[in-house]
Amino acid sequence: MAAPSLAADTRDTKNLPFLYRHYPREELLGALRRMHLIRKFEEGAEESYMRGLIHGTMHLSIGQEASAVGICLPLTREDQITSTHRGHGHCIAKGAEVKRMFAEFFGKTTGYCGGRGGSMHIADVSTGNLGANGIVGGGIPIAVGAALTAKRLNTGKVVVSFFGDGANNEGAFHEALNMAAVWKLPVVFVCENNKYGMSTSTERSTAVPNIADRAAAYAMPGVIVDGNDLSAVAQASHEAVERARRGEGPSLIECKTYRYRGHSKSDRNRYRTKDEIDEWMANRDPIERYEAELSAFGIATAEELEAVREAVRAEIAAGIDFAKESPAPVVADLADYVYTEQN
Amino acid sequence: MDTAVRELSYSQAIQEAMAIALEADERVILMGEDIGVYGGAFQVTGDLIERFGPERVIDTPISELGGAGVAVGAAVTGLRPIFEFQFSDFATLAMEQIVNQAAKMRYMLGGAVSVPLVMRFPAGSGTGAAAQHSQSLEAWLGHVPGLKVIQPSTPHDVKGMLLAAVADPDPVMIFEHKLLYKMKGPVPEGHYTVPIGKAAIRRDGKDLTIVATSIMVHKALEAAETLAGEGIDIEVVDLRSIRPLDRETIIASVKKTSRLLCVYEGVKTLGIGAEISATIAESEAFDYLDAPIVRLGGSETPIPYNPELEKAAVPQVPDIVAAARDLVSGVR
Repeated sequence: MAAPSLAADTRDTKNLPFLYRHYPREELLGALRRMHLIRKFEEGAEESYMRGLIHGTMHLSIGQEASAVGICLPLTREDQITSTHRGHGHCIAKGAEVKRMFAEFFGKTTGYCGGRGGSMHIADVSTGNLGANGIVGGGIPIAVGAALTAKRLNTGKVVVSFFGDGANNEGAFHEALNMAAVWKLPVVFVCENNKYGMSTSTERSTAVPNIADRAAAYAMPGVIVDGNDLSAVAQASHEAVERARRGEGPSLIECKTYRYRGHSKSDRNRYRTKDEIDEWMANRDPIERYEAELSAFGIATAEELEAVREAVRAEIAAGIDFAKESPAPVVADLADYVYTEQN
Repeated sequence: MDTAVRELSYSQAIQEAMAIALEADERVILMGEDIGVYGGAFQVTGDLIERFGPERVIDTPISELGGAGVAVGAAVTGLRPIFEFQFSDFATLAMEQIVNQAAKMRYMLGGAVSVPLVMRFPAGSGTGAAAQHSQSLEAWLGHVPGLKVIQPSTPHDVKGMLLAAVADPDPVMIFEHKLLYKMKGPVPEGHYTVPIGKAAIRRDGKDLTIVATSIMVHKALEAAETLAGEGIDIEVVDLRSIRPLDRETIIASVKKTSRLLCVYEGVKTLGIGAEISATIAESEAFDYLDAPIVRLGGSETPIPYNPELEKAAVPQVPDIVAAARDLVSGVR
């Protein structure tokens, strides 16, 4: 998560994609670790849900890991994000610890939200995540407000607002993009277009073929990237973040991606075909693609890739244990955090 | 001229409070529609843009939802926004950000953030602006834990409560009755605060308690003067804050007078009067009651345009006089 620096190692990177030219090996492996961490976290959460250890619902981003990690690569710890109901990946990509995320899902006091938020409000303000959001589009104007603070107080921070394709038809999206452009604020709007707002495809919901086409209406760059290609995402994010940091205003990035799981735990997958899901999983999986590149470019051996996976598995197992062992909130504390000054 | 007895209008008092807040703290900004060179729809911000510049007195596009969200995001990350709605009715466009975000963010995040946001809502009827520019929606927001909702009734209080709101770490919604803007009253110079959550007894009395909000406080006081001529001694409680609600003051007053009349401009049903009535019904003051509790609130209609109909849609002084007289004389 450190500021990008040119690779110090001796690899000949000049003909490689952006990511490999721009980041040293340890950060490339760190990005792989985060992608695995997101997937294994969500698989672990899903399994815990199935076993009745987690209640409520959750929205899984399995298949979208390159978008979360690639967008956050150029960000510093101090930069901020707003996230969505499908926000576990963003939280991990920005630097949160999975053990405290598990604890939150288990409703424990050691969770990031003290057990008050759960999956849908997962946040780690200490690493700049201002929160997932249960309202589609709810975080977009909040990100613009955070960017207004950055500009007004001259903090140098950049704010990224993640949202899905469904949010692009909310009024909040349009109002927020317009204000960010009018005031030239340091914010990057990231639409993770996974083709469906719950069950409704973008073809059926959205008048323009690409969400990025909307950027023209707000006089900002609109960039379309393969959201399953980590390097492409990181490059688009890098350019937009640098532009924002230079004071040149907002950008809109559309990451074309796909969620393997249903919208939430109630989804029967009746709006898409099994063939479509299988095709994405078999041919475009972001983690497999990234690992293949790391191998092909001689950055990591098969053993080194497996070591990353093994470390992630251990971290996930330890995280779930931490959550199980953590104390639950007491009912007497129900009203804690409603107001800053209680009573 | 003795500054201690200096008089300002209600809107001048608000403007002075905002100027003091802007002067004292770089983090304070004003946001709203046409609050810059225009001076605000009711000229409350006036010329503040000339003193503090467009970076701190920010004209927003006509984007209530987005604007409110920007204010929430700014508040969470270190600014102290004072956001003006042009009319309180337009809060309906921004309910998502007010109710789902501003009010709940601290709770949802387990105390990791605060939302030090002030929102100002010009409210109420009496201007001939009809149904979409005349509502009293304070009870809507009063229903939401996480918000504080206040209705100052005097120039003195609106300045002190606005300064208290700016210092408050949580979101404070201020409902300002439009007919109060021109009302004058004594306003001390400089910085002072009036606490949020404390009612004020505007008139001592022994026969009947009137709990009133905002402009209805003045109508209740006028009614009380009329009835004083008939030997009826009315206590008038100015609620000032509906969340938190000063239950102690209401209960103590009703224990003293044994009768309660609630007067408010919002629609009568499911409104502030119900909460005040229930407060008494659930308290030890219930045993002191000598008469049923009576509510005078807005009619079960939108606010109409025609001036006579408009007046009839909200409690007026003669309505209060009649209701109070009936209560004290045992007709009720």
